[in-house]
Amino acid sequence: MTKEQRLKKRYRAEKRFKMYGLISVSLAVIFVLILVQNIFSKGSSAFSRTMIEVAVNYDSSLLELEGPINQNSLKDADFYDLAVESLLKIYPAKDSKEERQILRLFSPDYEFEIKDFLIKNPNKIDQIVPVKITASDDIDQLNKGNFPRDLPEDRRRVSNYQLNIYDNLIEKEKIDKKFNNYLFTKGDSRDPELAGIGGSLMGSFFTIIICLILSFPIAIMASIYLEEFAPKNKITDFIEININNLAAVPSIVYGLLGLGILLSVMEFPRSTPLVAGITLSLMTLPRIIIPCRASLKAVPPSIREAALSVGASKFQTVFHHVVPLAMPGTLSGTIIGLAQALGETAPLILIGMVAFVVDIPSSPVDPSASLPVQVYLWSEQAERGFVEKTSATIMMLLGFLIVMNFIAVYLRQKFEKKWN
Amino acid sequence: MPLFAGTAFIALIAMCVAVPIGLFSGIYLAEYASTKVRKYSKPIIEILAGIPTVVYGFFAALTVGPFFRTLGESLGLTVSSESALAAGLIMGVMIIPYISSLSDDVINSVPQSLREGSYAIGATKSETIKKVVIPAALPGIIGSILLAVSRAIGETMIVVMAAGLAANLTINPLESTTTITTQIVMILVGDQEFDSPKTQAAFALGLTLFIATLILNYIALRVVKKYREKYD
Amino acid sequence: MELNNSKIKIKAKNLNVYYGKKQALFDINLDINQKEVTALIGPSGCGKSTFIRCINRMNDVIDICKVEGSVEIDGAEINEKNVDVVTLREKVGMVFQKPNPFPKSIYDNIAYGPIIHGAAENKDQMDNIVETSLKKAALWDEVKDRLNEPGTSLSGGQQQRLCIARALSVNPEVILMDEPCSALDPIATAKIEELIDDLKKSYTIVIVTHSMAQAVRVSQKTGFFHLGKIIEVDSTEKIFKNPANKMTQDYITGRFG
Repeated sequence: MTKEQRLKKRYRAEKRFKMYGLISVSLAVIFVLILVQNIFSKGSSAFSRTMIEVAVNYDSSLLELEGPINQNSLKDADFYDLAVESLLKIYPAKDSKEERQILRLFSPDYEFEIKDFLIKNPNKIDQIVPVKITASDDIDQLNKGNFPRDLPEDRRRVSNYQLNIYDNLIEKEKIDKKFNNYLFTKGDSRDPELAGIGGSLMGSFFTIIICLILSFPIAIMASIYLEEFAPKNKITDFIEININNLAAVPSIVYGLLGLGILLSVMEFPRSTPLVAGITLSLMTLPRIIIPCRASLKAVPPSIREAALSVGASKFQTVFHHVVPLAMPGTLSGTIIGLAQALGETAPLILIGMVAFVVDIPSSPVDPSASLPVQVYLWSEQAERGFVEKTSATIMMLLGFLIVMNFIAVYLRQKFEKKWN
Repeated sequence: MPLFAGTAFIALIAMCVAVPIGLFSGIYLAEYASTKVRKYSKPIIEILAGIPTVVYGFFAALTVGPFFRTLGESLGLTVSSESALAAGLIMGVMIIPYISSLSDDVINSVPQSLREGSYAIGATKSETIKKVVIPAALPGIIGSILLAVSRAIGETMIVVMAAGLAANLTINPLESTTTITTQIVMILVGDQEFDSPKTQAAFALGLTLFIATLILNYIALRVVKKYREKYD
Repeated sequence: MELNNSKIKIKAKNLNVYYGKKQALFDINLDINQKEVTALIGPSGCGKSTFIRCINRMNDVIDICKVEGSVEIDGAEINEKNVDVVTLREKVGMVFQKPNPFPKSIYDNIAYGPIIHGAAENKDQMDNIVETSLKKAALWDEVKDRLNEPGTSLSGGQQQRLCIARALSVNPEVILMDEPCSALDPIATAKIEELIDDLKKSYTIVIVTHSMAQAVRVSQKTGFFHLGKIIEVDSTEKIFKNPANKMTQDYITGRFG
């Protein structure tokens, strides 16, 4: 092999090697893009909901009201007959089977939606009013174009008869989309069109607050002690190694810990944000202590010496000078730790957060779900409608995480500027 | 036994994805990338580490799994939609940033003088990287890979959602397998009594997992720490 | 000056170097003769190191560094795009301020260069190259029984000679030395100086040094740099006995720097 050939070969190897690197980086970036694109394209439709406009005949005789018509009596009234009567009028039905199919175009909550409308507008009684009613999941998905229409009937979830009604309604412009406020205000439900993340939002909120209250002070105190006061000996060495180790222990182990101690020994209520918060704070503690210590370490010793030299005590030095300077760094570490806790699923599943909870929790001791658990629960459901709901939940979750991380990065950058 | 095999098997698939991509990304970012490329691509890759695992699980179960099944069908293979391959692949993607960031760091901490020594006798950049920088950074890189393995072993949600529940002793990546973490979840979901033998089995599994990852982490952290001291 | 040595090996013309916005070298013109030692002296940060790094284009490694002007080796311009840096650096070896042996065995440290350049066809040839390089660097006797130990296990002076052997292993024509003794004790320094004296018979050597005594001891020609400019170049004898420039005079008598 001549010198020139060899050189050429070496440069080819050089180019190849560089290509591998470039390909790897691009692959990693493409994965991110695919993931985000996939979630967004699936989830964005969940923010709208299909409504069917129905002329409702608020016939007071069907309500069997006793006494005067006011808000209270309307609340107690049974709207089922009235609702069914009006709904069935949208399309002629031959028999009870077809009537059932008509009703199945609407979400099972139609009765309450019709009722709520009247309670808000009591003057409409004994009038025929157009009311927009949430469509069932199948119609919703059909309207969003997620169900192919050309399949044979027995493989479709929507029958030919229902399709005819749907087309008829489209022609009469009775079908409409609106912003899906249910997604944020409702709790979990068996019906995708009625399911919302209100419950899990609150659950996550309580969990994170409890986690913050428990882990932040402990982590700060522990890192101040370890960094500023603790003597350097075997015991603190051992503690340091263990903190680093604990930060890398799989989260599911913390779930077991929560289950074994909090639930079975201390008998805390199952499925509650309280237990979740305590469990997650155990997990988060080492993950916060590490960055806290790092930011305390980053405060130059000259600051400590300056404070000590004007006669401040060790305690005053630490709390008047070192801690305030390290604050942005510790905060950013805490936020990142909490962001991880917010996305954590496995330990919460173990402590029973998978229970089906319809009500929106009003306190940390009410059973509830949390955002990531909601994702897990809904992803197990078969209905197509839950896929978009899950994706939408993920979008919310990612949104929170991105905001938290931005705050953390902002704080860190501000902090770093000081010393450089 | 099938549990341990399944755990190791999925972790292996994950590492097959994550080690080459992570390592080459780390090398590229540390040695080749311009400051601008580095500034933007590093945070993007690190997003992968910040995404909750349940999201990966959802993605693996709903997009990747069915994709592999259709792909397998068109190739005449039977692929279970809950396959070890899908779970391992996605887990690998999740782990990429752990390896790329850490190896980027250790490669950066290799003294510049070593690189210059190599350039000065006429080595190309890739020769310098392959023969000087990587051998020098090797302990740190191994440490980062060990940490990533421990992540993969402890990972729960992706496997629960994408790899299935049947404890098969198989090396066919197209079938479903299960792992220690999945088994724990399966036993403990639902309302069991706390002292039933099943629950205790779950705790035993959890303990095994804890010890296994603890040992891995301990070794990894030691290796990385020692490496840091060498060049400080 | 000996007349037989006066053939010019390296010729720098109007060389300007910038680090980002800061200019590090201003209009350097310097000729370096074949097979003799040229010393570059001057206070720290005056551009000596920057200059020798132009000779094997090591400044390419630094992103923000920009080189303008021309450097010729044997009459061929090296700053052109189509010049191959790898071949150039094979021809122009370099020894650094701090000894930087690779974290490999002593043998592999020396063998690295020949391997990448494909200089040896078999193990015997390679053994041979390693032995001659180490002998040339006056290290063979000290390490011949422990070639498989890591290069970092040697003492500082030995490490530096290992680095010199490494540079010699690819048969360069020019050796650049960037303060090769600044990290070494006097005994190790003496050994290296002895070695330099020996090497100048077959190689062109450019050495950057802080120590004026060292410049006197090892070099035939000396250039004085100050603030990125060349103040004076002449034979070492003349510079130290009878400098033409006042600033040179002040520097060598220790009034500043």
